[in-house]
Amino acid sequence: MSRRQTTIAALIGLTLLLSMVSMAAGRVWAPFSAWTDHSDPRWAIIFELRLPRTILAIGVGAALGMSGAAMQGYTRNPLADPGALGVSSMAALGAVLTLYLGAGAAEPWVIAGAAMIGALIAVMLLLALSGQASSIVTFILAGVILQTMAGAGVALALSLAPNPWAVNEIINWLMGSLADRSLGEVQMALPLIAAGCVMLMFIGRGLDALTLGETGARSLGVNMTATRWTLAIGVALTAGASVAVTGVIGFVGLIVPHLLRPLVGARPGGLLIPSAIGGAVLVLAADIAVRLTPAAGEVKLGVAMAVLGGPFFFALLLSLRRRIA
Amino acid sequence: MSTLSAHDIQVRLGGKPVVAGVAATLQSGTVTAILGPNGAGKSTLLACLAGLRKPGAGHVRLDAVDVLSMPARARARRIGFIPQTPEVAWAVEARILVGLGRTPFIGSSGLSLEDGAAIDRAMEAAGVTELADRDVTTLSGGERGRVLIARALAGDPEWLLADEPLTGLDPGHQLDAGDLFRAMAHEQGRGVIVTLHDLSLAARIADRIIVMAAGKVLADGPPAEALSPEVMALAYGVRARVIEGAGGPLIEIVGRGG
Repeated sequence: MSRRQTTIAALIGLTLLLSMVSMAAGRVWAPFSAWTDHSDPRWAIIFELRLPRTILAIGVGAALGMSGAAMQGYTRNPLADPGALGVSSMAALGAVLTLYLGAGAAEPWVIAGAAMIGALIAVMLLLALSGQASSIVTFILAGVILQTMAGAGVALALSLAPNPWAVNEIINWLMGSLADRSLGEVQMALPLIAAGCVMLMFIGRGLDALTLGETGARSLGVNMTATRWTLAIGVALTAGASVAVTGVIGFVGLIVPHLLRPLVGARPGGLLIPSAIGGAVLVLAADIAVRLTPAAGEVKLGVAMAVLGGPFFFALLLSLRRRIA
Repeated sequence: MSTLSAHDIQVRLGGKPVVAGVAATLQSGTVTAILGPNGAGKSTLLACLAGLRKPGAGHVRLDAVDVLSMPARARARRIGFIPQTPEVAWAVEARILVGLGRTPFIGSSGLSLEDGAAIDRAMEAAGVTELADRDVTTLSGGERGRVLIARALAGDPEWLLADEPLTGLDPGHQLDAGDLFRAMAHEQGRGVIVTLHDLSLAARIADRIIVMAAGKVLADGPPAEALSPEVMALAYGVRARVIEGAGGPLIEIVGRGG
């Protein structure tokens, strides 16, 4: 087995293991005897609360990991990530606007649709703002602009919110969490995430060829227009659907491909699937950790990920100083 | 035998004409060098010939077909291209980078045995077999240049268009690459078009030289004819002398002035 296959096998094993732990762990510890016993009150906790939460952690982790890897491959920039570059924030803005307008309470599809439109607009703006050269500096500046715009939009929605209940709901949701999600939300998000992942996998060869730059890729017969649109829609589906269900969980797409590159090789197309599985592992592990953290309330997953990811982003930036200068 | 022909190519960049009406018919089986001062339009013309840039006017035909009307993959199988400042974005191994040259052939199942054999042949021909497992970003500029030549060879193209492929190579490897281009043309019947800055090297490896200046063709013919002192004076604004050297004509630049 090659190193890449070994790594993938290990990541799948880790995902299965963490899924079991995720079903069992929490304020109430569920032993295996409760898994099969319908009369045990813990059975309901496992299958009605923790099962959707676990599936969602895998789905959202895979979505964020793969979309991060795809964005990095397309932009040839190791700092690209839907969270760090404002795609998730724009998705959140889309969702917040529907919550604010009251439409979201009635129809979860509307929130998801709005989030995906927000993400799509963000990716297109990002690609347009950073231009064809896509140097690291212009890219990060483009991300900063998007973050700022999305932040301002959300702040505006909050300040104009009709009632404190809406404000509370928006803030809670923005912080990003997998807690108390239903199977219905899982059923809505997963097909969208799966469709997005399939689209992103289609452009794997194009991303590989982009290692040689845009002219190099075009000379190898890669259709850049099709690649760009597939990327934009794939990221909109994966990141948009994730944000719609869980709020903003950042840094997954930044951390995972970076950690996996030395293990599976830097070829961008070859990094897509490992990053999806690695993203699932990271989100599962982080979600278990926040559940077990002793605190009055539960620490929000999005907040925990930002605490973890901020320094990581900074360290990565420091190691890239040479390239940026 | 195939023919790559440019018909009255014109390209304007920022309102300024960069290529101002170039016509040339290039035959496979020959090495053609495009020379000219900085900004003469060499790279732009080469990109047009490769079907990677749409000229403002005129068209490029491969045999009878307009290169821009060819499906991208079909065109990529026939015309290999090496950009001038080849970027390598990720720290991949040399063999993987060379393997990218197979992109126009790869189906959904990944690299086949046939692809692997083509990659090995290309690395052998470019003399980079021993670099196979090296991280490309740690190679020297010249080593990377040779890996990128191997990348283009891996696609087994009928035409190889290379924008300054010999820049950054040491004299020994320049000769090796030059011999490789000549063998590709003369023994394998491919068409090779390169842009160069080294006049003596061009005289040595090319069968035909096109000298451009200000977007126009100033001279077009065999080295001895195209690299005359008069043309050098017009193109580069230098006084030049052609000396008969052991390996072909040497162009000595005597000084500035036409």
